[in-house]
Amino acid sequence: MIRYALTRLALLLLGLFVASALIFVTLRVLPGDVAQLIAGMNSTPAQVAAIRDRLGLDEPLPVQYLSWIGGVLRGDLGTSLLTGSSVADELVQKGQVTIPLGLLSMTIAMLVALPFGVISAMRRGHADGTAINVAAQTLAAVPVVWAGMMLVVVFAVWLGWLPAQGFPRGGWSDPGLAFRSLLLPAITIGVIEGAMLMRFVRSATLQATGQDFVRTAAAKGLTRNQALVRHGLPTVGLSIISVLGLQVAGIIVGAVVIEQLFSLPGIGRMLVADVGARDLPKVQGELLVLTGFVLIVGFVVDLVHRAIDPRQREAE
Amino acid sequence: MTTRRFAWLRRLWSLSTGRFGLIVVLLIGLTALVARFWTPFDPQRVDVANRWDAPGIPHLLGTDGSGRDILSLLMAGARTTVWVALGAGLVATLLGLFLAALGALTTRGVREVVAVLVDILIAFPVLLIAMMLSSVWGGSLWVVIVSVGIGFGVNIARVTRPELRRVLHSDFVLAGRASGLTPFQNLWRHLLPNVAPVFIVQLSWGMAVAVLAEAGLSYLGFGAPVTEPSWGLLLKDLQTYISVHPLSVVWPGLAITLTVLGLNLLGDGLREATDPTLSRRARAARPDTPQPAVVS
Repeated sequence: MIRYALTRLALLLLGLFVASALIFVTLRVLPGDVAQLIAGMNSTPAQVAAIRDRLGLDEPLPVQYLSWIGGVLRGDLGTSLLTGSSVADELVQKGQVTIPLGLLSMTIAMLVALPFGVISAMRRGHADGTAINVAAQTLAAVPVVWAGMMLVVVFAVWLGWLPAQGFPRGGWSDPGLAFRSLLLPAITIGVIEGAMLMRFVRSATLQATGQDFVRTAAAKGLTRNQALVRHGLPTVGLSIISVLGLQVAGIIVGAVVIEQLFSLPGIGRMLVADVGARDLPKVQGELLVLTGFVLIVGFVVDLVHRAIDPRQREAE
Repeated sequence: MTTRRFAWLRRLWSLSTGRFGLIVVLLIGLTALVARFWTPFDPQRVDVANRWDAPGIPHLLGTDGSGRDILSLLMAGARTTVWVALGAGLVATLLGLFLAALGALTTRGVREVVAVLVDILIAFPVLLIAMMLSSVWGGSLWVVIVSVGIGFGVNIARVTRPELRRVLHSDFVLAGRASGLTPFQNLWRHLLPNVAPVFIVQLSWGMAVAVLAEAGLSYLGFGAPVTEPSWGLLLKDLQTYISVHPLSVVWPGLAITLTVLGLNLLGDGLREATDPTLSRRARAARPDTPQPAVVS
């Protein structure tokens, strides 16, 4: 286990290095003159020089990279060119919207995927099982933006149950109101992600029904469904853990689009605004945090999977 | 020979999902082709007198807030969608096959570096790649094509590489080499035809991702320019009036969903139809592996 953990940790560190290098090369090296790009066409040479000075663009590239990474390791993700505020501070502040949104979406995705995935596998070949499967296929093809719009039409415009847009100015000081404004966005991401996750659950459940230990349990007198639920479902749980990393990436991407649609002041919407304004130092920090997060989740998921799956432990 | 070569097509047609996918994809392609020459109305013509016409005659799906015919906009948007899907497919093919070949045909050191790199790159969400490129070059359809191409090329490489290695060590490739085929002839006659099924399935799914990514990025303002007809842009335009004219938002969303569903099912069907290692019975008993993560 320790040997595996160390190898996996090395892969994570390598991944973080490759990610940061790619971001650095794309945002600092490929554009040519970054300062000119940021300042725009109508800038004076003095303005360009000021930006170059602030970003330390006159240093050699490896020095620039190392000073960026050195800052990141000390918790300094850089400062915004436009507002001068700290990127780390802004991420923490916007995270108060995005992190609850992500957790809520994840919960909804699980609530959709687990029961429906197992049912559609157990009822394979029956009308209800097929209907669930067709619905999941279709939902997995729906663009998140449009799903959000349709939910707004039904639950905000027609029924008037939930707010169509926005987040309370006071943030979580009024938890009920804040929660209500996150509900529709989270349902949107959760249902679409859940439909995709459902296909994994279904596939894993079908695989479990064919396992020897499920057949043995059935041979010892359990019904087929009892055997599946008692002995098969734990393996389904394991395979779901293994795709959790993919889910987190899906939810981050969903949040970028959905925060825009629902005007939520979260990390995704901030990233969209910063990319539009070409605030490159800020985009650089944000992208590193998001991709780093996806990589770290993948690392943790792999370790947890390894630790709790007896088959993987025995393989050593 | 012809019958054997097209046997997979008949098998594809015999699957209900494959047939549905094929029909939808052909239909979208045909629409895009027709829209190149003819649409019921000029998609960009502003007609203030006929703002928000309800669906009917002459505007079958109604008009938007500036009197543009929604059906014509959708048809013209299909062109953009098809163009992005094909472009992203091409980039993904080139990159994917290059990486797969690098990972299968070269020395051990290179192979392992490529494998690790592919494993790392696969974790990058396509949307984040697209936004990274947009922040430097500004948003455009090219950015969408390149970022989906990179994101999916890596995917193709990961799936195709083991297949390529398997075929490479098979007896018929060895026999080909022994009978004096040049490496290129061997690649063309034996390797590519055997790797093609795995690869085409991935390509179909990758194009579905491209359609979703184009819609999502155009909605965010990093895809099609406002002068270009695009389903994602249309969603963005119509969103402003969603509380007054909710029905109009339905159409572009349906168009995207149908296209993505068609490509996904075509991929599923192709996988079933082209897998020679499975008998019909085994095929029926095998649980379907889900498609890769779809983005945006």
